[in-house]
Amino acid sequence: MSLNMHIVVCIKQVPDSAQIRVHPVTNTIMRQGVPAIVNPYDLVALEEALRLKDRYGARITVLSMGPPQAEGALRKALSFGADEAILLTDRSFAGADTLATSYALASAIRKIRLDIPVDLVFAGKQTIDGDTAQVGPGIAIRLKMQLLTYVSKIETIDLDKSELTVQRRAEGGVQVLKTRLPALITVLEGINEMRFATMSDMFRAARYPIRVWDKDAAGIEDISKIGLKGSPTVVSKVFAPTPRTQKAEIIQTQSDQPGDVAATLLAKMFARFPQLRDAIGRRGE
Amino acid sequence: MNEKFDAIVVGGGPSGNASAYTLAKAGFRVLQLERGEYPGSKNVQGAILYSDALERIIPDFRDDAPLERHLIEQRVWVLDDESCVGSTYRSAEFNKPPYNRYTIIRAQFDKWFSKKVQEAGALLICETTVTDLHMDGNCVVGVKTDREGGSIYADVVILADGVNSLLARKAGFRPELEPREVALAVKEIHFMPEETIHSRFNISGNEGVVIEMAGKITQGMVGTGFLYTNKESLTIGVGCLLSDFKKQSIPPYALLERMEAHPVIAPLLAGGEMKEYTAHLIPEGGYHSIPPIYGDGWMIVGDAGMFVNGVHREGSNLAMTTGRLAAETVIELRTENKPLTSRNLARYREKLDDSFVMKDLEKYKRLPAIVERNPQFFTSYPELLNRAAHTLIAVDGVDKKAKERSIRKSFVASRSRLGLLSDAFKLWRAFE
Ligand SMILES: Cc1cc2nc3c(=O)[nH]c(=O)nc-3n(C[C@H](O)[C@H](O)[C@H](O)COP(=O)(O)OP(=O)(O)OC[C@H]3O[C@@H](n4cnc5c(N)ncnc54)[C@H](O)[C@@H]3O)c2cc1C
Repeated sequence: MSLNMHIVVCIKQVPDSAQIRVHPVTNTIMRQGVPAIVNPYDLVALEEALRLKDRYGARITVLSMGPPQAEGALRKALSFGADEAILLTDRSFAGADTLATSYALASAIRKIRLDIPVDLVFAGKQTIDGDTAQVGPGIAIRLKMQLLTYVSKIETIDLDKSELTVQRRAEGGVQVLKTRLPALITVLEGINEMRFATMSDMFRAARYPIRVWDKDAAGIEDISKIGLKGSPTVVSKVFAPTPRTQKAEIIQTQSDQPGDVAATLLAKMFARFPQLRDAIGRRGE
Repeated sequence: MNEKFDAIVVGGGPSGNASAYTLAKAGFRVLQLERGEYPGSKNVQGAILYSDALERIIPDFRDDAPLERHLIEQRVWVLDDESCVGSTYRSAEFNKPPYNRYTIIRAQFDKWFSKKVQEAGALLICETTVTDLHMDGNCVVGVKTDREGGSIYADVVILADGVNSLLARKAGFRPELEPREVALAVKEIHFMPEETIHSRFNISGNEGVVIEMAGKITQGMVGTGFLYTNKESLTIGVGCLLSDFKKQSIPPYALLERMEAHPVIAPLLAGGEMKEYTAHLIPEGGYHSIPPIYGDGWMIVGDAGMFVNGVHREGSNLAMTTGRLAAETVIELRTENKPLTSRNLARYREKLDDSFVMKDLEKYKRLPAIVERNPQFFTSYPELLNRAAHTLIAVDGVDKKAKERSIRKSFVASRSRLGLLSDAFKLWRAFE
């Protein structure tokens, strides 16, 4: 019998985008009264971790960086069956972009694994309030872990050999990949559905004393790398794209042979945009 | 493995919070179960908070409760199709702290109240529906929930689960709701800048206004409308007896839409952005519809016990008061080392009888039956009143005496002398 795995799942509390209102006068987002939820993609990752726990036995630690209220997201994760919960909260974390966030989370995971080694880290594919999909990979790089993104299925884990086999959705098909542990996985949405918590897990979650770490407890070494200071991203402008008014055109072709279809399409395109022919058409000739 | 508590409170509305808070403060081990995502999640709209009831539970609530505006003015409007006759009461007295009434946004307020409950030491578990009561013979000994391993036990279960109280009905503590005992109310919230609200309602700072409305807006049904000012929004709504909605088959949203288009109301809402439409039942049966509210190991508080004063649109204060008194009864009995049997819990009813809750409900006990049988109060009279006002006010060369005569005639024509007299008598009896 191998040792139990230790899995860290990174989760984020986000405003429920379905219920966000825009202030009719100032046009700013009204966060007041908008319920906070766990980032839906993170719940997919958590459920995947819970399934591994069911299959192999595992200890699951959920980790979140956010304001004190983000405790709610951690309690929710506990109610589904996570074992431990750590909240990174410190004024100096505020204003973090994905670079600073992955730095802080990576530091905390380093700290966590001092206690118990970490075999797997899960992150959601992306968040619904940022949509960058950069935090998971950022953590993996910093911790020098194997990185597997867009995982659609975890086939097997062999702890003795420290090996992991997954299916990964890629352009044009599914890849089956085997890698070494420890690894960081970001999972695809829609591959599972979150379970319904049991009463005893609800009690445990309600009573659990969340561990709250400030920047020192999280082992942050370089404070220029966290929060606003550690965030090079500049959001220069936010705007709603003007919807396209042009309609798509359906092109009829004589035959359904791929070569003929492509030829018809190219002929149409070149007719409309002659400069395209100059730019790419020539190369093929 | 089964959890056991001193008390289980079902529901996280004002009545459940009042019970759970009072018990937890007294050192009881309290579990509160709420089906929503968090307390207040099902209550998104604006409402009026009556300070007194809350003050008796949390004396310094004003320090941090999310209050919108304190009310300094109350208007009562009787509306015809195109006009309205009204009265206004505005008082500098209401502008001196501690304020007597506030507008609140329930979602925020309930959340705040719930935080106080948890700080007092109660354990709150949300997203969990109580599906049944655990009985030992006649005695309630716990609850079942919709979750696996969902049985939980307690010395007493307090049902604070709102007007529908599925639990009380399932357990046979309460009969099915009659459509004439409940009003269906629809509400909307309209956002607009603070300055607009200030100028439209002649207020400043945190001052607020309430408008109570009756008349043609309910399209012949028994009911009333209301409008409250919040900080950056207006709450507007209308409620009518469910039995009338059924009879008239008017969709509630259409009723509200029509009311909002009324020439006297529309200018107040102009330019606002409507958000959040909700519909909810209000117990309106009054005194006679109150079911048994205690038994072996159980008590009912708030809307679940039909504790609403429909005449004054008071509900949350009765909910908080019944919740508090139920909790205080349990605390007293524990101190006296008495079991929580039906016989001992009868003290809860005695406390209620001694309080404004039963006294007020008793005072108006005839009203529901009277308005039900006499729809003219909601149909003919508003019209007559408005016509009378118009006749009196319009300057058109007709002498005043003739005007008064014509007004008198119009009333008699519509209701007969005897009808008028008997209506006056009925109303006097109802409000006596
Ligand atoms: C349109 C409208 C306007 C109103 N305006 C005012 C006003 O201005 N001022 C005022 O004082 N009153 C007002 N009221 C009345 C007031 O809202 C109610 O009297 C008050 O909310 C009653 O409180 P409660 O705690 O008894 O019930 P509720 O507030 O209804 O709370 C019941 C709670 O129990 C939960 N629950 C139900 N069943 C279960 C279950 N099986 N398991 C777990 N949880 C459950 C529900 O989710 C809910 O949170 C208004 C009502 C309406 C509909």
